[in-house]
Amino acid sequence: MPFANHATSVPVTVDAGKCIADKGCTVCVDVCPLDVLAIDPEKGVAYMRYDECWYCMPCEADCPTGAVHVAIPYLLR
Amino acid sequence: MSTIPGIHETQTDILVIGGGTGGPMAAIKAKEVNKSLKVMLLEKANVKRSGAVSMGMDGLNNAVVPGYATPEQYVKEITVANDGIVHQPAVMAYAQNSYSMIRYLDGLGVKFEKDGSGEYNMRKVHHLGTYVLPMPEGHNVKKVLYRQLRRLQVNVVNRYIATRLLTGPDGRVAGAISVNTRTAEIMVIRAKAVVLACGAAGRLGLPASGYLFGTYENPANCGDGYAMAYHAGAELANLECYQINPLIKDYNGPACAYVTGPLGGYTANNRGERFIECDYWSGQMMLEFWRELQGGNGPVFLKMDHLAEETISQIETILHSNERPSRGRFHNGRGTNYRHRMVEMHISEIGFCSGHSASGVWVDEFARTTVSGLHAAGDMASVPHNYMLGAFVNGGIAGESSARWCAEHDLAPVDMDAVAAEQTRILAPTLRDDGFLPNEMEFKTRRLVNDYLTPPKVTAKMRIGQQRLAEVRADLKHLVARDPHELLRALEMQSILDCADMAAAASLYRTESRWGLYHMYADHPTTDNDAWFCHTMLYRDSQGRMAHRKRPIAPYIVPVDATEMNAYHTLRTQPQTIAAE
Repeated sequence: MPFANHATSVPVTVDAGKCIADKGCTVCVDVCPLDVLAIDPEKGVAYMRYDECWYCMPCEADCPTGAVHVAIPYLLR
Repeated sequence: MSTIPGIHETQTDILVIGGGTGGPMAAIKAKEVNKSLKVMLLEKANVKRSGAVSMGMDGLNNAVVPGYATPEQYVKEITVANDGIVHQPAVMAYAQNSYSMIRYLDGLGVKFEKDGSGEYNMRKVHHLGTYVLPMPEGHNVKKVLYRQLRRLQVNVVNRYIATRLLTGPDGRVAGAISVNTRTAEIMVIRAKAVVLACGAAGRLGLPASGYLFGTYENPANCGDGYAMAYHAGAELANLECYQINPLIKDYNGPACAYVTGPLGGYTANNRGERFIECDYWSGQMMLEFWRELQGGNGPVFLKMDHLAEETISQIETILHSNERPSRGRFHNGRGTNYRHRMVEMHISEIGFCSGHSASGVWVDEFARTTVSGLHAAGDMASVPHNYMLGAFVNGGIAGESSARWCAEHDLAPVDMDAVAAEQTRILAPTLRDDGFLPNEMEFKTRRLVNDYLTPPKVTAKMRIGQQRLAEVRADLKHLVARDPHELLRALEMQSILDCADMAAAASLYRTESRWGLYHMYADHPTTDNDAWFCHTMLYRDSQGRMAHRKRPIAPYIVPVDATEMNAYHTLRTQPQTIAAE
């Protein structure tokens, strides 16, 4: 049977102007305990690929340029 | 050992599985015993930020500090808080090593609250004794651990999830099978000794919010350790003693009464009145909490709006920078300011966790499981009320015991048929292009846990739950993973299902009620000390079936008399009687 694409809003957002993934930075991707972040190879910017967030905040705390923001997932808000 | 195509092989002296709290300390202490030992620390996330203390911790909840408590007093308190079902030698081993571990962590750079003269600033939260040491600057725990791992040249391997333990022909541990969470590459690790430190089974019940990852525990702690121990033939103790916690409604993190209590905050009902005398988490406290939620005085709140501005600022600084720092954002979103509004509380979904209750993979006072060469520590091991300091102390004990084991044992031979079978199980979901996705099967499993396995426990409901969970298990032949990340979730989902089966079976075995809400069994509403003053052990028998037996309580090394044993049964605030004139 085919799969549906189930879209959700994501709690982790990345400021493309501040993100330095294009210079090789992968800190937020490295530290995420749930491995839900990835680098978009075309844009050279980190993004939340899987909506599986514990809103724990290492990605935001460890980002060297302050590009990452963690919001509370909408279902909990 | 011959090779199997597609499988990478490596070997080490000690394999530690889980790089959160207890795991790193096991690796550190093993290296300190013998620095020539090869120690591998395997972690499915990244050791820099993995586990329950990913963002640090706001305090020690069980510090046994000279001048405030003796190990004997602590052992007595934990025995009473757990209705007597404890292995006192293991609690005593923790208590005796508690203070030296605090000094060790202090020396590494973990910051604890001290008074003007440099003494630890101990606070009272427990019913009887004083065991809480605040850590207002406790956000750097992981960085401190990581530095020490590097200094001691522990081999840190990130982004590999261990899936099964390997055992030799004589039953002793031989290593583990693991898979890379980003490439799906399989790696077999041969080891003389293995330490399991995989954390709680925190993704068992479904949070009321419906968000799969909105759990109290770090959701990476999904029960892998319990499942691996079970399949390797280890015994698991008292799994019917669930973890259920009083948490911020919907946010599902601690509010946190341990931080606010010593500063004057308390748990209150909708009238703003106290209803329990003690905020220390126990099954009896949770039962009173649950009753208040069910009754006309609910919901339940954490009350701080009566405190002075300086106190509230202090609380905010601690709670919004440590452990779960997104608490502040959650409160802002709802317009909750501690100064003006009480924090709405609720009870969590169920899980397994010895950090706050009393279940887990059975370990003795040397952190040894019932499988030779296999140790366990932290939230998944059976030492009750571990908290973070317990994970450190028992992790250290596990590391030291493993180092001693290595001095006397060589690598056990590996059963290549078992490796091949596990390779097939791991990769099966990747070979399908049709079927059910891991998140669907996980949601369904956890929804069934909520519907049928959650207290008050009822035999008829448990049996239906078991039947429905068996149907989910039959559907595993349709489980699909479209990339390595989904394979990680598919493997975790199978551990969650194993834990759900264990929770139901263990609950049905102990035909009495005990530990307040944790094992509130409606068909057997009273505590039956004649039949059930024992540990219940769950294990896989020689035919592969889930089996049970009773284990007698080891003779107490700290005696507790009957009147003291009732202390935690009288937690509800007694109404003040006003004498008639």
